[in-house]
Amino acid sequence: MIARILAGEKEMFHELIRPYERMVYLTLFAIVKNEAEAEDGAQEAVISAYRHLASFRGDAKFSTWLTTIAINEGRKRLRKAKGAAEESIEEAEEGHEGDYTPVPLTDWREIPLEALERKELREALRAAVAELPDIYRQVFVLRDLEEQNIEETAEALGINPGAVKVRLHRARIMLQKRLVPFLKTTAPVRRGFFGRAL
Amino acid sequence: MKLDCKHVWEHISEYIDKTVDAELRKDIELHLEHCEICSAILDSTRNILILTADDRTFELPVGYSKRLHERLKDEIEKSKHEPPVGETK
Repeated sequence: MIARILAGEKEMFHELIRPYERMVYLTLFAIVKNEAEAEDGAQEAVISAYRHLASFRGDAKFSTWLTTIAINEGRKRLRKAKGAAEESIEEAEEGHEGDYTPVPLTDWREIPLEALERKELREALRAAVAELPDIYRQVFVLRDLEEQNIEETAEALGINPGAVKVRLHRARIMLQKRLVPFLKTTAPVRRGFFGRAL
Repeated sequence: MKLDCKHVWEHISEYIDKTVDAELRKDIELHLEHCEICSAILDSTRNILILTADDRTFELPVGYSKRLHERLKDEIEKSKHEPPVGETK
């Protein structure tokens, strides 16, 4: 399809991009954390991908290439909004020591399907993800929201796979800590209801 | 090897992703059989990930796709008067 677009069937780019629209928006949102800014950025990223399609070599997956463009667009917007200090702040965050221990609750039980359907739980999760430190949120969104694999995530963010694993672990534990008190209030007495596996 | 809870927590993310080696996986599973606390942590973390992957949790703005393709349409029209796609600086 890419070859045909480059050969002149330009309208086909609409179809090429359609499966990745959500991914582009979520990637932008993970960085800029603002709906309108994320949408503007997503449009810019898609336009940029269209303009530079000939530079896609096919040695990476198209989704990874596109994610990299979206990340660059998001970072550009962040820099504009926060000033040039952003990059160094991000790097400084990586090394900081924190408590990445999950919350053990002996009276917590499995979440039933109907609890997962609750709107409040979705809202709590959205808020918790938005509050994650930038470097953890970006990895979490690429891995667990967009379901990209470790190597793709590493390549798109320009970090090594080991850093992806560490950041993802910390992000998940932070979310678990944040949400367990909330889940506790929705927990039923019985257990074994929830049977879905990842 | 007998694992303690803290050791299990350190590997919980990799366990979910199935990237722990076979031996460690077996040890973690053995521990989970007897430890309700770690089982609850594992379940809660997994459930958060299921909820995250659910399209209804992180929704796109209404009309996002329509606006995106309208913008793209304009860009494609514009580029028809320019050199082939991808050669634009």
